[in-house]
Amino acid sequence: MNPIKSLIKDMADKYGKSRESLLPIMLAVVEREKYLSEYSMIEIARQIDIPAAEVYGTATFYSFIETQPTGQYIIRICKTITCAMKGKNQVLFAIQDMLKIKLGETTPDKRFSLLETNCLGWCHKAPAMMVNNEVYTELTPEKVRDILTSYMKINEQIIN
Amino acid sequence: MENKISITINGFPVEVEKGKTILQAAESQGITIPTLCYHKDLCVAGNCRVCVVEVTGQTRLSAACATPCDEGMEILTNSLKVRNSRKHIIELLLAEHNADCTKCYRNGNCELQKLSSEYKIMTQDFIELAPLKKYSIDMYSPSIIKDDSKCIRCQRCVRTCAEMQGVNALTVAHKGDKMKITTFFEKHMNEVVCTNCGQCVNHCPTGALVEKNYIEEVWEAIANPLKHVVVQTAPAVRVGLGEELGLPAGSRVTGQMVAALKRLGFDAVLDTDFTADLTIMEEGTELLTRLKKALVDHDETVRLPMATSCSPGWIKYIEHMYPEYLDNLSTCKSPQQMFGALVKTYYAKARNIEPENIVSVSIMPCTAKKFEAYRPEMHDSGYRDVDYVLTTRELAILIKQAGLDFNKLEPEKYDRLMGDSTGAGVIFGATGGVMEAALRTAYELVTGREVPFKNLNIEPVRGMEGIKEATIKIENPLKEWAFLDGVELKCAVAHGLINAKTVMDAVKSGKANYHFIEFMACPGGCLGGGGQPIPTNPEIRKKRAEAIYAEDGALTLRKSHNNPEVQKLYKDFLKHPLSETSHHLLHTKYTKRDRY
Amino acid sequence: MAVSHQLKRVDFIFNNENDWEKVLSATLKKKPEELINELISSELKGRGGAGFPTGLKWKLAAEAKSDAKYIICNADEGEPGTFKDREILSKVPYKVLTAMAVCGYITGAKESFIYLRGEYKFLEPELNKAIDEFQYYCKEIKFEFKITVFMGSGAYICGEETALMESMEGKRGEPRNKPPFPTQSGYLGKPTVINNVETLVHTFTIFKYGAKKFYDLGVQYSRGTKLFSVSGDTPKPGIYELELGMSLQDFVYEFGDGDTKAVQVGGASGFLVPRKKFKDAAIGFKGKLTGISLPTGGSMMLFNSSRSMYNVLDNYLEFFREESCGQCTPCRVGCQQLLLGIKAVKRGEKPAAYLDKLLRLTETMQLTAKCGLGQSVANSFSSIVENFQEEMIY
Repeated sequence: MNPIKSLIKDMADKYGKSRESLLPIMLAVVEREKYLSEYSMIEIARQIDIPAAEVYGTATFYSFIETQPTGQYIIRICKTITCAMKGKNQVLFAIQDMLKIKLGETTPDKRFSLLETNCLGWCHKAPAMMVNNEVYTELTPEKVRDILTSYMKINEQIIN
Repeated sequence: MENKISITINGFPVEVEKGKTILQAAESQGITIPTLCYHKDLCVAGNCRVCVVEVTGQTRLSAACATPCDEGMEILTNSLKVRNSRKHIIELLLAEHNADCTKCYRNGNCELQKLSSEYKIMTQDFIELAPLKKYSIDMYSPSIIKDDSKCIRCQRCVRTCAEMQGVNALTVAHKGDKMKITTFFEKHMNEVVCTNCGQCVNHCPTGALVEKNYIEEVWEAIANPLKHVVVQTAPAVRVGLGEELGLPAGSRVTGQMVAALKRLGFDAVLDTDFTADLTIMEEGTELLTRLKKALVDHDETVRLPMATSCSPGWIKYIEHMYPEYLDNLSTCKSPQQMFGALVKTYYAKARNIEPENIVSVSIMPCTAKKFEAYRPEMHDSGYRDVDYVLTTRELAILIKQAGLDFNKLEPEKYDRLMGDSTGAGVIFGATGGVMEAALRTAYELVTGREVPFKNLNIEPVRGMEGIKEATIKIENPLKEWAFLDGVELKCAVAHGLINAKTVMDAVKSGKANYHFIEFMACPGGCLGGGGQPIPTNPEIRKKRAEAIYAEDGALTLRKSHNNPEVQKLYKDFLKHPLSETSHHLLHTKYTKRDRY
Repeated sequence: MAVSHQLKRVDFIFNNENDWEKVLSATLKKKPEELINELISSELKGRGGAGFPTGLKWKLAAEAKSDAKYIICNADEGEPGTFKDREILSKVPYKVLTAMAVCGYITGAKESFIYLRGEYKFLEPELNKAIDEFQYYCKEIKFEFKITVFMGSGAYICGEETALMESMEGKRGEPRNKPPFPTQSGYLGKPTVINNVETLVHTFTIFKYGAKKFYDLGVQYSRGTKLFSVSGDTPKPGIYELELGMSLQDFVYEFGDGDTKAVQVGGASGFLVPRKKFKDAAIGFKGKLTGISLPTGGSMMLFNSSRSMYNVLDNYLEFFREESCGQCTPCRVGCQQLLLGIKAVKRGEKPAAYLDKLLRLTETMQLTAKCGLGQSVANSFSSIVENFQEEMIY
């Protein structure tokens, strides 16, 4: 059985085969794959016996569930008021300059995706961003360059 | 009396049952509160906010459809606050709507248009959002057109497809300003599990979901002197058409409908009820053959229960959801398709017309029939068996375009050869009708006696109950059917795909031991079909059903095997049920489809 | 840090004496009615922003008859400028868990959840460790109570109580019709108590010290203390536990940078108070001083004179336009109209008078929207547009 299919089956067994398990199962897939593909959605629908359209409708509601392929590291930079006031735009330009991508795009080597998000809850240490689940605060263009460099250095294989 | 509470509406004291909503309480007093997302068939949504009313003491307005009455509530349905708010809501809906009504299919029958007119919205001060968004129109389905620019996001279609039909082809996706109603992965309607039943079209308040219409194609065919245009009319159309032309629900307009069709220019006006009777002959024989194989030959391969196959919405549903049960379906085509195959063979020969010059049109209460006509296997006549399918609504449009005063028309009779029908044929339009017709013939065929029900009215299979059951014991059959002696024929009737699911799950789990099941995709059967007049709701379905059974009761011939034209068809052309010609023209195969 | 005498700083919440086990055992020995009365007399109101009396909520849930009941801790802190719940969950999680357990004891609920927003996923491991230890202790004292963390995934609207429950049921986070209320029919249709993280932590204070200690702080209608998340143009960004009822002027004296032009009280769903109205405004559920009263989730964002109020409003409306669930007409279309409207006025495409039309629209949104999000857009919109109209136009 292919890895995603077996992951979904394991998650369905763990959380239960009912509608209430939908979100935990989707998040488990996203944790591994970084996004929820059409194939995954159909598998989830099959495992917990709900219509595929319902999986799609629920997945697209949540901002952290991407339905198109993304990079290995998803950068989410906060654009809400305090971060905006404290220099988020300079940080954003630095990221765009370094990775050579615009908002909503993924680097050609499929390492990084760049997205904006709303208030992360670190306003007293703005500007802030997330890379996958890690939070980085009090950002400056220099600091964000260092952070991204450290990610580039990680010799990680994309988990199969 | 303890169940009642006292409230006031607009200052007038009212007694209502505890638990009723403000909307229901107002309705009982003859006060109409405007609604959009509310529909009698569906659960309460409360998202359009059009039905807001003022409740004294509350800071905010309450949605009348979703708020239960409380003792002592003082409700104002038309205060200044309410009116101003309602006007704003309508203006907001119009701002994100493609409000070019003159170019819309639902012009004249649109709930948003009606509200806008009632509240005299004469200007749009807000910013028009529709041009700023990249709305798309999905015209890929043969039956349904989905136009996002007209969607008011009331979610009626989603609730219909989920609650009433259990198909869940439509869903709400994204959020905020990007929120939209769409399919799995936003694919085209013909690429997902949509069964084409058209219930979404019937429940949509605006022109966001409409049927694909073939009005111009039919006019062109009629105008073409080289073409012989034949039209067939489904049973349910004759009890629904009147509503589109100013008559009350449940009006029986058969004769006038035939007269209108003749005046529209059709070369022959024939009746689907004819092939409904034919279907009974073929399907009844098929059932008895299967029973014989099971009970006498002990043939393990024979599949029971046998399921009816005249509802194309049901067919697509079982193809997606229970493909392993396709062999349980009767191999009979639907009456529409049988008619189409015969018109370009039997009828063509009898009238001495070249089949390629025949244009075969049908008037159906159904949008799935449009899909059925274009199924690749429906070419057994050598040509496409049915060229164009028009819904009841489209026929009304043709009649209006021709300038006919429908009410003044004198009733006329169908043309000959394929225009005769019995009461058994007409009851196909109601849920339980196919079952009843089949039993009237099969029972008599097997026992030589009429079904043991007063006036041939098999009451257990009638009515709006979602799943109905009936058992008929065969006693003292004719000699050749002796193997059926003592057999209790167990029958079930399901209408609305959500009930079809229940029955199929019971069959799958082995809990159901039926011999024969009638499945109709639409609640109420065809009389509640996706192509019937809008609105359709429980009361209207009931009235249409009463009309169908009245039509049956008024006819002299009430059993399919007594139809003289059907007898002639067998004598002159088919020879006998399930003959080789029958198999070639009147029977079909099904296609396995993906569940998701 | 010297705090002016009108701005009383307390330290109930983050002061951790590691005595949760004692507090839990002691509280579980009391009668549920006694504990409910304690909460009611403390006059504690919800600290998430809605301000519903907590004692009454727990009482209603306790009185409901059902085979199952649930407790939910709402940790979907998403209001811009609010970051206190994160701090509570990382520094003093046991207080929250204890409060949830006591609530379970009072109402009869055996199962509970913490709905943790997706942006706080990094807290999950530590939180689960705390829960494991907590549940171990519960087992020791033979108290049956299950706590599970449920992760959210990037939806501000899931902070709304019924949307949260929809999300937990595996659906889109679209708010439900109320009535019925969660204490009647909540998660899976069962009676549910859903409280903000901070509210729960205050109940811990009340159970430990008694209602009077809580009641004695604050002012009429606004008893007790509140955590304030301070950010923006301030030399002292951070989280502060302060008495309710303080005057905004005092607050600005303490936290402003000397050039404070306006303060956004309560996040994007709250009110923007301009300099000239600081002395008339008090933070609380009903005005202690004459003038404006500002119920709040505690978000305090300060803007100095370098900030454009137009940009601020634009930012808020972008936020609402994206985060609205999209279900109901006034909010879905209204938010878009407001955002495009102010842009059009600024660009000169619409006349200044159009702002009046938009203000009337926000009144309608306030009256007709299905949930708090749509209903609260009017707050910031009207307070910014009315007080800073020139900045909207020029």
